[in-house]
Amino acid sequence: MDILALLSGGLLEALQPINLLLIILGVTLGLFIGMMPGLGSVNGVAILLPITFLVPPASAIIFLAAIYYGAMYGGAISSITLGIPGASTAVATTFDGRPLAMKGKASLALVTAAVASFVGGTVSIVLFTAFAPLLASVALSFGSPEIFALMLLAFATFVGLGGDDIPKTILSICLGLVFAAVGFDEISGAPRLVFLDISGFLHGINFLVLAIGVYGIGEMLWTLDTTRGKITSTEAKMSLKGIVADTKQSLVEGWRGMTIGSFLGFFVGILPAAGATPGSLMSYGVAKLMSKKPESYGQGNPDGVAAPEAANNSASTGSMLPMLTLGIPGSPTTAILLGGMVIWGLTPGPRLFAEQPEFVWGLIGSFYVSNFFALVVNLSFIPLFIWMLRMPFTILAPMIFVLSIVGGYAATKDMHDVWLMLGFGLSAFFLRKFDYPLAPAVLAIVLGPIAEPTLRQSLLLSSGDPMIFLNRPIAGPITVIAIILILLPLLKVIKNKMSSSGMKNA
Amino acid sequence: MRRGEFITAGILAVLSIYMMWKSTELDVGYISGEGPGGGAWPFWLSAIMLVCTGLIAYNAVRRTSPPSQSTEPVLDAEGRKTLIQVFGGIFAFVALVGIISMYGAMMVFLFYYLWFLGRHSLKLSAAIALITPVVFFFFFEALMRVTMPKGMGFTEPLFNWLNTIIY
Repeated sequence: MDILALLSGGLLEALQPINLLLIILGVTLGLFIGMMPGLGSVNGVAILLPITFLVPPASAIIFLAAIYYGAMYGGAISSITLGIPGASTAVATTFDGRPLAMKGKASLALVTAAVASFVGGTVSIVLFTAFAPLLASVALSFGSPEIFALMLLAFATFVGLGGDDIPKTILSICLGLVFAAVGFDEISGAPRLVFLDISGFLHGINFLVLAIGVYGIGEMLWTLDTTRGKITSTEAKMSLKGIVADTKQSLVEGWRGMTIGSFLGFFVGILPAAGATPGSLMSYGVAKLMSKKPESYGQGNPDGVAAPEAANNSASTGSMLPMLTLGIPGSPTTAILLGGMVIWGLTPGPRLFAEQPEFVWGLIGSFYVSNFFALVVNLSFIPLFIWMLRMPFTILAPMIFVLSIVGGYAATKDMHDVWLMLGFGLSAFFLRKFDYPLAPAVLAIVLGPIAEPTLRQSLLLSSGDPMIFLNRPIAGPITVIAIILILLPLLKVIKNKMSSSGMKNA
Repeated sequence: MRRGEFITAGILAVLSIYMMWKSTELDVGYISGEGPGGGAWPFWLSAIMLVCTGLIAYNAVRRTSPPSQSTEPVLDAEGRKTLIQVFGGIFAFVALVGIISMYGAMMVFLFYYLWFLGRHSLKLSAAIALITPVVFFFFFEALMRVTMPKGMGFTEPLFNWLNTIIY
């Protein structure tokens, strides 16, 4: 009951006129920052952190939370309208959001993203309020083997349910994972895979360089080639009636994804060093795994938009849990928020809930209010985003190329990466011609930096025995499901051969 | 397309072998007390890639993959022309960044694409090509404090003047 009183106090605090103004300003700024490829919530929060020293800590954190939420919503917009993920958290949204937009259903995709984000945010607040201390202890029991098993499951869903050529899918995953390993070996500190001894590879390959190369440049070249430049963008239309109808449709067609994303995203968000990106990618994979029509994913299934969008918002709240209870940030943005809290004289850790309950629940309350206003601001901007989509393709295409180049540079501030992005774009164009699925490579480069260290730590823990992934109570079942999924295509082939030989014999 | 499928698989096989070889610069085995060596993860992943390229080539021999069944060319004459014009424009854009700045290169590219490839009017092409870099400049440099490449020395007076507006 005390918690509820504190939470409602936090909600009332967030609804103060000055705080409300900061929330609306924050979500609008966040929306546009999140939309811009190369910039994400981390940039917005980091850049605007000093401004918050001008207002009291409670208002400051409310403003930053509003930017954080706004950016979470914004990332989806460029994924859907332009086909370029605005941030790593919106990579999975591109898989189905872009095909929906290309089918003239951009408004459905945008509304689904907004509604799912709101649902994810709401569920996460409820989970946070009810189970914060319990979940923190469960998350702590997740060691390296469990986290690696989760990563394996994410890759396995692409292999088992991809519907694409299996060797090409596996090759795509491995390519993304190897690219993620470029730079320095984290354990020994030695340079690794510095291709042709070019020094630009020393800082690794940022996932955005590959994602923008594939989706921004490769995809656009492919669209121009297949349509011979004779398309006038999509035929998306928008009206108030349309938004209401789309909201209804998004709830009907995306409820499964929203539910999975809200719960799974929250839990993955809690895991230290995980956060919203793996949360959204895994939710996409699990939604596909549990769907009756897994083959419709990647073709423009609203569930494929709902799952990652609900998950990334839910994970944002989830990642606050280790930050507040243990002082461990779950994402780069929460790391900056943590820094802000230290500057404001607050010490994150187990004692924070006891010593500063007003601050903690005020923060959670502000998250909820921000989440609501992010939905309102986002829905009111949808006509603008649709208008962008209805621009003639000969204007939209060069704008996307410009955004890709600028976004690629903004991500790493290195021209080497822009050249690399061009290379990836051209390669993606040709690989797509030969039916190589490229989404698994993007997924792998995002999850690679988590997968490799957890595998190595696990094997070190077991003195090289891979059975560690099977004989632990949490990791075991997850690994078994992953193995079954990987073997699923092989089992299908055997089944088909047996049934065809049976028919011959008959 | 079938020949293209073999060539692509071949290029990826060479890339896999190269990455395996690069991985061996670090230990690819298990080091007692330290766990898997720094090269093990990329080495074995590249090895899996190599196996996959073999399977892709095998499927192409059996003509089971859609590209290996297709008799169409990878790129016809018009496709080649589009690719050269568009990708060539992007390539020139990136090459110009170091000379006339990110914003200058953006302006040239937009004008080239809109006017020459898009066949839009001179007025519209010039307006978009001029306004977009200015909006990007104020968004990135003033609001986000992200500095873009400014090109060679001769662009300095212009950017100094623009900076006086920001600061």
